[in-house]
Amino acid sequence: MSGRNGQAGARPGHVPLVELERATFAYGRTPVVVDVELALEPTDFVGIVGPSGSGKTTLLKAILGSVAAVCGSITRAPGLRIGYVPQVASVSWSFPVTVEQVVLMARQGRLLPWASAAERRDVAGLLDRLGIEDLARRHIRDLSGGQQQRVFLARALLNGPDLLLLDEPTSGVDFRTRHEILHLLAGLHQEGTAVVLTTHDLNGMAAHLPDLICLNRTILARGRPGDVLTPPILERTFGAPMDVLDHMGVPLVVDPGARRTTAPRGGSA
Amino acid sequence: MSVATFLLAADLLEPFRYAFVRNGMIVAVLAGGLCGLLGVYVILKSMSYIGHGLSHAIFGGAALGAVAGINYFVAAGAWGLASALAIGRVTRRRIIGADAAIGVITTASFALGIALKNRLPQSGKSTDALLFGSILGVSPTDVLVVVGACVLVATAVFLRYRALLFTTFDPEVAQASGVSTWQAETLLMVLLAAAILACMNVLGVTLIAATLVIPAVVARMLTSSFSTMLLLSTLIGAVAGGVGMYVSYFADVSSGATIVLVGTAAFLVTYAATGRRHRRRPGPVEPAPLVLVDDRPRPAAP
Repeated sequence: MSGRNGQAGARPGHVPLVELERATFAYGRTPVVVDVELALEPTDFVGIVGPSGSGKTTLLKAILGSVAAVCGSITRAPGLRIGYVPQVASVSWSFPVTVEQVVLMARQGRLLPWASAAERRDVAGLLDRLGIEDLARRHIRDLSGGQQQRVFLARALLNGPDLLLLDEPTSGVDFRTRHEILHLLAGLHQEGTAVVLTTHDLNGMAAHLPDLICLNRTILARGRPGDVLTPPILERTFGAPMDVLDHMGVPLVVDPGARRTTAPRGGSA
Repeated sequence: MSVATFLLAADLLEPFRYAFVRNGMIVAVLAGGLCGLLGVYVILKSMSYIGHGLSHAIFGGAALGAVAGINYFVAAGAWGLASALAIGRVTRRRIIGADAAIGVITTASFALGIALKNRLPQSGKSTDALLFGSILGVSPTDVLVVVGACVLVATAVFLRYRALLFTTFDPEVAQASGVSTWQAETLLMVLLAAAILACMNVLGVTLIAATLVIPAVVARMLTSSFSTMLLLSTLIGAVAGGVGMYVSYFADVSSGATIVLVGTAAFLVTYAATGRRHRRRPGPVEPAPLVLVDDRPRPAAP
């Protein structure tokens, strides 16, 4: 997989899944993400990194289509199917729905409230594949963070999307679950689904992705972690000086200020 | 059957000898079930204040209609529908003070209704019946209207079940998935207006919000499945309506009050019985701390 540098429409006659040209997105009159040039290809597996308030979620929602461009353009490939996994914190966990009821929300074509035999098979197959088949009738709150993440991943996957968007898929989960989610997404990517996710976790998540977008109100850089997780780009993105160490070929970002406070976790590099 | 049992049964069934009581019972059961069903959406979308306001707005429409000599259902219906759509519009814009705007629109309408009723005490239905509900206020036409409202709401909820569920749970993702959330939300407001209009005679303006909320809250404590909650809430509402109306006859108390009190009793019993189980439930997941220095063994980059 090659790193990309954010130039749209590189090859003539080729249609990307989603293409943003000089696109600006706003809530009310406040522009949140400005002047974005971005092309997403079927082979992409991209992480969007940036500080809080940098517009990561907005950019994801813009790709999804729930936030409209106030200027510039956004073009989606005809018939494009997008699966969206919302941030765990945005879900109303006290809502009375079971795991299978959430997953079935993705199917809206049928008039009858209950699932058809084919729908039940599809839902069961997907839950089985994600390893949560025995949780189908559980309430969504009675699950661990990783299981909750899989429920919404199952809903996003039910209609076989070409592009999967995930907002902070590893926030609020432990190390092992983060590892499992990363592998799950890598597997989906290898089967041909384009994956775009946001993350604030530079070392645990972003450094392991093949392709990164550094965002702070606009796209500052795009490329492989080794190419964009560099002190100058990180400082422009996060507004604070950061050191980058090499850890067995994987960049390791160190915040000189935060390092002291996390020092008792054990020696590194 | 012994004589004592026969006398007891005759006494307890005595109210049903009167046609107005039978009408009142039918309407109370149907109205209770109807409000129970819609109440699920009302509490899950945090719309109980809207239900409360809507019934007050409809009261103003009813009073205006009485003054102008227009049929109650036509006048209150048109007014209620207009208020419902206005409220829907205000709340969708998600601007600060949406609840205040609802308060102004609906209480102004209510105040207008009270003023008109005070000046023209003979016009239309009695103020007491409209405010607190009355078994005496139920005519055969009312029965037909409530039956009609039940058929309308049940059909709409059945056929739009999936869109309504997705919109209620997660409007943003629903819209991005191709669901017309505007349509679903407008449908809910129209159904709510229709239900309030049809049930107002029995339940009363001031108490209808409680009949929307209580059965759904009780059902929520008993189940975590959406479809089960819809059925349970409808059932609880219908039973509370029937029992409340029956008690209203014997206690000589406004039917709206007894129906709400029966529902409240059901709520207290359920709360006491399930409280411990609910308190033990795990809360939402805590976000993991941001770790900038991380020395775990890593997999090879994919």
